[in-house]
Formats: sequence, structure tokens, C-alpha cells
Amino acid sequence: MTKIVVVTSGKGGVGKTTTSAALATGLAQRGHKTTVIDFDVGLRNLDLIMGCERRVVYDLVNVINGDANLKQGLIKDKRVEDLFILPASQTRDKDALTLEGVEKVLEGLKEMGMEYIICDSPAGIEKGALTAAYFADEAVVVTNPEVSSVRDSDRILGILSSKTRKAERGEGDIPASLLLTRYSPERVERGEMLSVEDVKDILAIDLLGVIPESQAVLNASNSGAPVILDSESDAGKAYEDAVARFLGEQRPHRFLTANKKGLFGRLFGAQ
Amino acid sequence: MTVAFEEKAVLEFKGRMLMMTVLLLKDLDPNTLHRQVSQRLDEAAQWLRDAPVVVDLADPGSADQVGLMAAVDTLRGLGVNLVALARNEHLDSDTAAMLGLGSISLAGGRDVPRSAEPAPAEQPAEPGHTLVIDQPVRSGQQIYSRGDLIVLAPVSTGAELLAEGHIHVYNTLRGRALAGVRGDQSARIFCQKLDAELVSIAGIYRVAEDLPEQHRKQAVHITLDGDAMRFADLK
Repeated sequence: MTKIVVVTSGKGGVGKTTTSAALATGLAQRGHKTTVIDFDVGLRNLDLIMGCERRVVYDLVNVINGDANLKQGLIKDKRVEDLFILPASQTRDKDALTLEGVEKVLEGLKEMGMEYIICDSPAGIEKGALTAAYFADEAVVVTNPEVSSVRDSDRILGILSSKTRKAERGEGDIPASLLLTRYSPERVERGEMLSVEDVKDILAIDLLGVIPESQAVLNASNSGAPVILDSESDAGKAYEDAVARFLGEQRPHRFLTANKKGLFGRLFGAQ
Repeated sequence: MTVAFEEKAVLEFKGRMLMMTVLLLKDLDPNTLHRQVSQRLDEAAQWLRDAPVVVDLADPGSADQVGLMAAVDTLRGLGVNLVALARNEHLDSDTAAMLGLGSISLAGGRDVPRSAEPAPAEQPAEPGHTLVIDQPVRSGQQIYSRGDLIVLAPVSTGAELLAEGHIHVYNTLRGRALAGVRGDQSARIFCQKLDAELVSIAGIYRVAEDLPEQHRKQAVHITLDGDAMRFADLK
């Protein structure tokens, strides 16, 4: 049984691609055969974050158009077994994505025995984002703790409840969970950021995880290794927790309080 | 020599139940009729203006043919889509044919009330019915109830609630709530936590900035008193 997961947000720059890469890598690390697809046609980034940009031959649009078959389009990750990447096209625009074409690709991946397909959605609420979400069984909504990001996530949640295939077939809303990224407990304490509770209260969905603002994320992007592979970093640990929760494990949320107590903070941070 | 071939059937008779709008005329005076019908059509929704109409007479015995013709002309002149005349002992199919109408027996039909209110497709509730929403109302979503509206989940900033009757929000109201949208000044808004962008009753409104401070983020009950909005604690 394949599960299709859309990673979406409405707003740009909140960490969708970082999250898609981390989630896909984390699932594959746990032995689940996973493909992560970059739906941001025209602005491809996922291959950079995944560190496979120098191995891209074909892309999603090539596969949809039949220029290449699925096996040729998929890039196998060198670090993690069972992890595949389907990059976006840099030269085409979003009109190249058709629902029929995307469905064909997803069916092909199912036949290959993928357990999870992670769809990295482009920002916005236009065709690209709708196409990425249409076939999803589940959504991960990435939000930063600030009002405009939260409002855009709210808008996306509304769209998900009516514009997915499941919703159109009357099978109800797809489950959606919240991943709060770039969280800075210090700034929350100073009142410069919304708290986890504020965001949960506004969006009224389950919390999958809180990823702290971290230099490790930038380092990971620059080095082309998903941050979850940096298992010593706070962000890496937080993503690891989120993956565990995604698979049904119960784990307490970490990195929610300012780390100023020295020893205590370290003890809790390292638990 | 004859060539026998089977001709493809180009028609098929089907039985189908149809809803018809019946226009019951109590008087045939063309002037009164013209005034009242045009007034009703102005208020009516598009579907009512385009709907096929059967003319029925309250007192068929008293109707003369000239008066009937004048009435039918008046209605047609106003764009009413007349299709038939209700048949009875005084008005047979010949009379209907003379008027260029079909003849229909209304015996056995069932009355369904028809109001002249507009009924856009996105209105799920029937008039007077209460619509209950138990999912969050998200930014960009709009809910319309032709009666009361009850929401059991948060209403986000950028969401809009519209009701012809009262609005109840048993959670936080951050979006807009417009009660009595068809002018019912007795409509009220109840909400557990007021953090709205705008509240309105029968067209009288207050934006977030003008909400009374002491009621912000509190449980409130909003009513209309003339042109003034009254806020009260909901305790």
C-alpha cells in the first residue's frame, strides 16, 4: 500500500523542500521505500537539497511527456538505501504538469513498490500547488511561527478540504498535520514570534513536530545533505522525531523552551 | 424492388417527474397584474424568472376569454415563460390552445412553497433551516445559511460566515460574521471568543478596530438596537 503525502504551505520560503527532503530521507532510513518528487516546475531546488543536482538527466516533465520512462527519471540516493528522487524541470513551466500525467507517474511508482511518495509542493495556491496535492492521501503543512505564514497555511488547509481527489469523490478531508519550522523559543519569549500553542489554536490541526531555527539547516542545504542526516544537530533530531511521529510513534516535543538554563537545557536537549 | 432496412430509432418516450411553478391568478386586471408581477420578478432569483410557469385561475368560472388573453399577453410581455394553462371544467384544452398554451391537469400534484428569494447554488441549507458546521472554517472559505448558522470549530481570519438568521460560533471567531443578511434586524451573533475582523447584523457593521475592548476575546452576544450594535457578556 502506497501512501502519497503532500508537503505544502501556501507561503514560500518556509521550509517545504527542506521538510520534504528530511521526511523522505527519514522514512527511507527506517527501511520504507520512498520517492520524493519536486513539483516546483521551473524553480527546481529539491535536487540541490538532496545533493543530486549533478546527476539529473531527466525530470518529472520528461517522464510525464514520455521522453523518458520512470526508471530513467528516478535518481537513486547514494547515502540511503530505498530513497529515490524525481526532480523538477527547470526549463518548463507549470502548465506542463497535467493531472493525467501526474497520475500516471504516481501509478508507476506504486507499481515499483514505493511505500511513500512525498510530493514537494510549490508555494502559492495555483495550479502547481493544486496538482501536487490532488492525489494526496495525507498532507504535512509547513508553517513558520508568524501571522502571514499561518494565514496562508490556513488557506491551504481550506483548499485541501475541497480540491483533492478524495474530497472531490466525497471521501472527506485528507488528514493534515502541522510542522512548525524555524521556531525560536527565545523570540517567542520576547513576543516576536507566535508560540506553538498560538499556531495550534489558529490552525486546529495535529502537531507533527517543531523544528528549531538552526544553522544546521543552512549548512545542510549548502552541503546537499538533508538535515536529518546531521543526527547531532537540533534540527536533525527534531526531524527524526517528526518522522517517528509520522509513523505513529508517540514522542514528546523538544526544543520548545529557550535554552538558557545551561546544564538543564543540555540535559533535556540531549535526552 | 424494395430494400428492407431497419431504421435507427430517433425518439424515445420517457416518463419524468418535473417540478413546475404554478402562477395562481386571483384577479385578471392587466394593470394590477403588470405592477405586481413585475415587482415580484425584480425581487426574484434568476431561476424563478426563467422557470416554466403554469397559469392557474383562482376563480376559473368568472374568467372570460378576452380578460384571459389580456392577462396572458401582460405576463408574456414581462418575460414570464408561460407553458400551460391549468385544466378544469371551465378551461379546457381548446381555450389553452387559443392562448397558445398547453393544457395541464394539476390534480394529483403536490404544492411546494416557492419563495422569491435568490438561491445561489452554494447555499446548502433550505430556507429556515439551521446549518451546522463542525469543521474549521478556513481563510478564503465562505459559508451561507438561509436560516441560522452554527459553527462548532474555529473560524479563521479571512473566512466569512453569512446567515439570514442568527450566527452561533462555539469557538473562536477570527473571520467575519454577517447575520440577518436579508435584513432581519432581530438576528443575533453569539460567539465564545470574539476576535472577529468584522461583525454585522442586517447591514449594520463594526470592524475589528471598533469592537469594544472589554469584549475582545470574550464570550459575547451581539444584538441590534435600531442602528446601534449592542455587545453583552455571554455568561
